Amino acid sequence: MIPAQFDYVAPGTVADAVAALIDGGEDAKVLAGGQSLIPVLRLRLSYPSLLVDLRKIDELRGVREDGAELVIGAMTRHADVISDPLVRQHAALLAEAAATVADPAVRHRGTFGGSLAHADPAGDLPAVAVALGAQLVAEGPGGRRSIAAADFFQDYLQTALAPDEVLVEVRLPKLQGRWGVAYEKFSRTAQAWAIVGVAAAVRRDNGAIAEARIGLTNMGSTPVRAGAVEAALAGASAEAGTIAEAAAHAADGTHAPSDLSGGSDYREHLARVLTRRAVTTAAGL
Amino acid sequence: MTEQLDAGMVAEQIADADALSSPRRGGELGRGRRRKEDAKLLTGQTNWTDNIVLPGLLHMSVLRSPMAHAKILSVDVSGALEMPGVIAAYSGADLAEVQGSLPCAWPVTPDMVHPDHHPLAVDEVRYVGDGVAVVVARDRYASADALEAIVVEYDELPVVLDMESAISDGTPLVHEDKGTNTCFVWPFAGGEDYDATKAKADVVVKRRFRQQRLLPAAMEPRAVVVAPIAAADDYTVYSATQIPHILRVMLALVTGIPEHRIRVIAPDVGGGFGSKLNVYAEEVLALVVAKKLGRPVKWTESRSEGFQATIHGRDQIQDVEICATQDGKVLGLKVDLLADMGAYLQLVTPGVPILGAFMFPAIYKMDAYSFTCTGVFTNKTPTDAYRGAGRPEATYAIERIMDELAHELGRDPMDLRRQNWIKHEEFPFETVCGLTYDSGNYEAATEKAEAMFGMAALRAEQKARRESRDPIQLGIGISTFTEMCGLAPSRVLGSLSYGAGGWEAAQIRMLPTGKVEVVSGATPHGQGHHTSWSQIVADALGVPFEDVECVTGDTDSSPKGMDTYGSRSLVVGGVAIHRAAAKVIEKARRVAAHLLEAAEGDVEFRSGTFSVKGSPEAKTTIQEVALATFAAHNLPEGMEPTIDADCVYDPENFSFPHGTHLCAVEVDTETGFTKIRKYVCVDDVGKVVNPVIVEGQVHGGLTQGIAQALYEEAIHDAAGNLVTGTMADYLLPTAADLPHFDTGRTETASTTNPLGVKGVGEAGTIASTPAVINAVVDALRPFGVNNIDMPATPERVWRLVQSGGSR
Ligand SMILES: Cc1cc2nc3c(=O)[nH]c(=O)nc-3n(C[C@H](O)[C@H](O)[C@H](O)COP(=O)(O)OP(=O)(O)OC[C@H]3O[C@@H](n4cnc5c(N)ncnc54)[C@H](O)[C@@H]3O)c2cc1C
Repeated sequence: MIPAQFDYVAPGTVADAVAALIDGGEDAKVLAGGQSLIPVLRLRLSYPSLLVDLRKIDELRGVREDGAELVIGAMTRHADVISDPLVRQHAALLAEAAATVADPAVRHRGTFGGSLAHADPAGDLPAVAVALGAQLVAEGPGGRRSIAAADFFQDYLQTALAPDEVLVEVRLPKLQGRWGVAYEKFSRTAQAWAIVGVAAAVRRDNGAIAEARIGLTNMGSTPVRAGAVEAALAGASAEAGTIAEAAAHAADGTHAPSDLSGGSDYREHLARVLTRRAVTTAAGL
Repeated sequence: MTEQLDAGMVAEQIADADALSSPRRGGELGRGRRRKEDAKLLTGQTNWTDNIVLPGLLHMSVLRSPMAHAKILSVDVSGALEMPGVIAAYSGADLAEVQGSLPCAWPVTPDMVHPDHHPLAVDEVRYVGDGVAVVVARDRYASADALEAIVVEYDELPVVLDMESAISDGTPLVHEDKGTNTCFVWPFAGGEDYDATKAKADVVVKRRFRQQRLLPAAMEPRAVVVAPIAAADDYTVYSATQIPHILRVMLALVTGIPEHRIRVIAPDVGGGFGSKLNVYAEEVLALVVAKKLGRPVKWTESRSEGFQATIHGRDQIQDVEICATQDGKVLGLKVDLLADMGAYLQLVTPGVPILGAFMFPAIYKMDAYSFTCTGVFTNKTPTDAYRGAGRPEATYAIERIMDELAHELGRDPMDLRRQNWIKHEEFPFETVCGLTYDSGNYEAATEKAEAMFGMAALRAEQKARRESRDPIQLGIGISTFTEMCGLAPSRVLGSLSYGAGGWEAAQIRMLPTGKVEVVSGATPHGQGHHTSWSQIVADALGVPFEDVECVTGDTDSSPKGMDTYGSRSLVVGGVAIHRAAAKVIEKARRVAAHLLEAAEGDVEFRSGTFSVKGSPEAKTTIQEVALATFAAHNLPEGMEPTIDADCVYDPENFSFPHGTHLCAVEVDTETGFTKIRKYVCVDDVGKVVNPVIVEGQVHGGLTQGIAQALYEEAIHDAAGNLVTGTMADYLLPTAADLPHFDTGRTETASTTNPLGVKGVGEAGTIASTPAVINAVVDALRPFGVNNIDMPATPERVWRLVQSGGSR
């Protein structure tokens, strides 16, 4: 578990980070909390020539409001996301999901941006970003651009980021109205990765479900939205039977992996059960 | 294949244990002291092997085979030698003359197939992780980089991974020259003829249980440092080992370096549970490379390297059959075992299932017992003693099948056990295997456990959940276990063909300032030996606990020992210390009598002070006697100026701790997830020296046993790669996954040693696995489930629920 040799820089600004990435070429990599990248290096699954560490770039850290949006710096650590009052108020689903990530040690190093940029379909936060319709802001040689979460995750560990782009912040629309949220993570041990996870946000109106947003963790090579469930729930009555019927569509159109922690049929089944539970909780039943 | 070992022979070996007097209970024994060791451990002032840095230290890395079976066509290390910082690189062929073959000290049958096991493979690799070459460099990074520059050409051979195919005809052979994958067949029988007994039975229940392969994951990985003094041909070996004394002997035998030129030190060692009870390739390689280069060499495993190259545990298939009368009396038990050796034999690989052979009948009376074990080679990492070694497997099988028998007979599982277990008044009891259980009280432990558990309320809740078809089903699991601890009477080990004895050595040194040094051959690796030893000595000699210092784990300063495994340290090593203390007192009494000008017979010893009967003012402390002996100005005529004493103690019998473990689980039948709702255990480990240590040992053991039941499984792909190669895939529970442990104790003193102790190291891990699985199966009975493979993963449970129990 000894990584191969690499060069290391820790620039003070995003512009310098981008410049370093351009200089470093294809083999340069951004280092955030290192909780995914360092294990990869230690297992010698990757041999970057240069690591560009973002830890000295203060502007990448912290949570602020910008009108109807909540803006979370890419380098904000999971632990800070979880305890942030603005996140709790406007994006409680994110706080809830982030609290299920690994253990306290990992949560005090790993970052929100790193979790998204790593794009592990078993990661808990990509599904939340997709469910909440996040916009991911990246900066590269040509300046900043905004990428919708749905377009950001392209494949297993693959994102829309170019090698010389840095993810700088994540913009989440504040949830307006009576929203309830729940993240149902199913894993074998408290610290293990999700076999399946379901992120649900449900808006209640007059006893009915006005709107539901559901993101699925580990039900394909990217996080996906359970569109069929969302459609079935929109305007439906907030009752156990209705929810169960809608949740039965949770695996529709997914391509769940089959691996050591579960066959795809098992995952499909879990997606249905967990969606029912998450929506039930989020709907306040 | 071999002559049948007869239960009578074993019984004879241990029958004449002299009944020792019951122990004297002083203030220190039974006192819940904090562990002496912890201040140092918790503040990081530790001396792990990997912390050792010596001038000129070189770092060794091992290139491992990526193939489970292949001929080595060539190994070219020249590229590695050109890398910066690299001092040397060797293939197996380069070291062939000096590396020897790793030892197996337990040839269980005279005709056991015992293949050579070179630290580095020379012609052929036989498992993924088999060493192929080593690099030695100035730092760890350089040596790791250089491994990638070694070019090995392999010619792939077919692999055999599964035991049943390994012993069928026409299968690929792990060792072509041996002509078979069968390592040994070891039959054993006790009591009456099994088949004749079975003919009389009304009920016969059969099950196949799998003991999945486990990967040890001690907190401290393995590491070794060898410091040579080339001019003197003298070597100090630091190793993260449980067995410095055995290792020294073995390193001498393997390498040909004279034993007295090797010093082995086990510095602070962070756990093992058997995984460091071995003589490993890297220990030999570091030694021979350090000798060649004349410079100190270090090797430390990474976790994923350890998963491949440290011994694995378990991996058995158990075909178990029990027969009984309609009214529940157990008549006989038949066990057919396949035990996976892996590709080679390590130190006691073949002996592990043999240790278990005697424990299948457990606490139950029966007329007939038949056992056969077939040891099988496969292209996987060798297995060896781990977490209870043989006995957990046996306990699992009997406790599972007792539940199945109860179900078959429509009986309450505890009731059936109660009917068949050895009654308190029947001890000492000779089992169908010929072991003599000295003492026990299964009734008392069970009664206490049931009260703590609240059995009636839980059964009522279970019934309600069943009736309402609640998706969360409740299951209740029982394990009334016993184990064979305190390895062991040397002559019994001899009768089982083990290569060494089971004694333990102790020495007590009375220092002139009144402090006491205790030298013990039992080598701690986290258990808290120094605390327990200090309590035993403080109690016996009446000196303050703080004044006792323990010396362990170094063949220079504690030269004699058999080390730590098999819950033997207290039962054998602790008793040796207790006996040495008695000798110190007798020597000191002579000096005291002389100083007090009294007859020896009139001098009494109590709480550290010698006094003369009838004249209470005439007295002297043992510390004063120590100083007077050191000065030696005025000693009894002809007496050597020392009151120090040694003892080498060889026990008369094993000890047999027991207990009742009760587990309630909630199984989510929708997801298959099992949550332990309540866990109660009442362990009877005999007399307790330190309840804090006992509690810690029980908690650790429970965690590991639960881990086998619910989480752990080493999985290989069809090519023999370990696919659970990191902790992301090989799941270990943490405190977050475990329930509160409700622990209780009963104390039935062992009658075979003067301390009345029985050993606690393995109790939790032996008892908990069947308790948990019995609970899971109990929860799933309404779905037609009568067995489940371990670990009971959510997916496995869910699939059983879906298929109505058919596997
Ligand atoms: C033991 C353990 C258990 C874990 N369990 C979970 C779990 O249960 N659920 C879960 O969701 N996660 C889990 N994780 C992962 C954890 O959440 C990581 O923090 C996260 O995946 C990566 O974040 P990081 O800041 O550590 O990124 P790093 O490891 O530093 O980087 C990860 C990848 O993202 C890229 N990257 C990072 N930041 C940026 C950026 N700003 N711009 C462009 N590229 C960037 C890096 O180049 C790298 O390729 C676990 C990690 C560990 C070590």
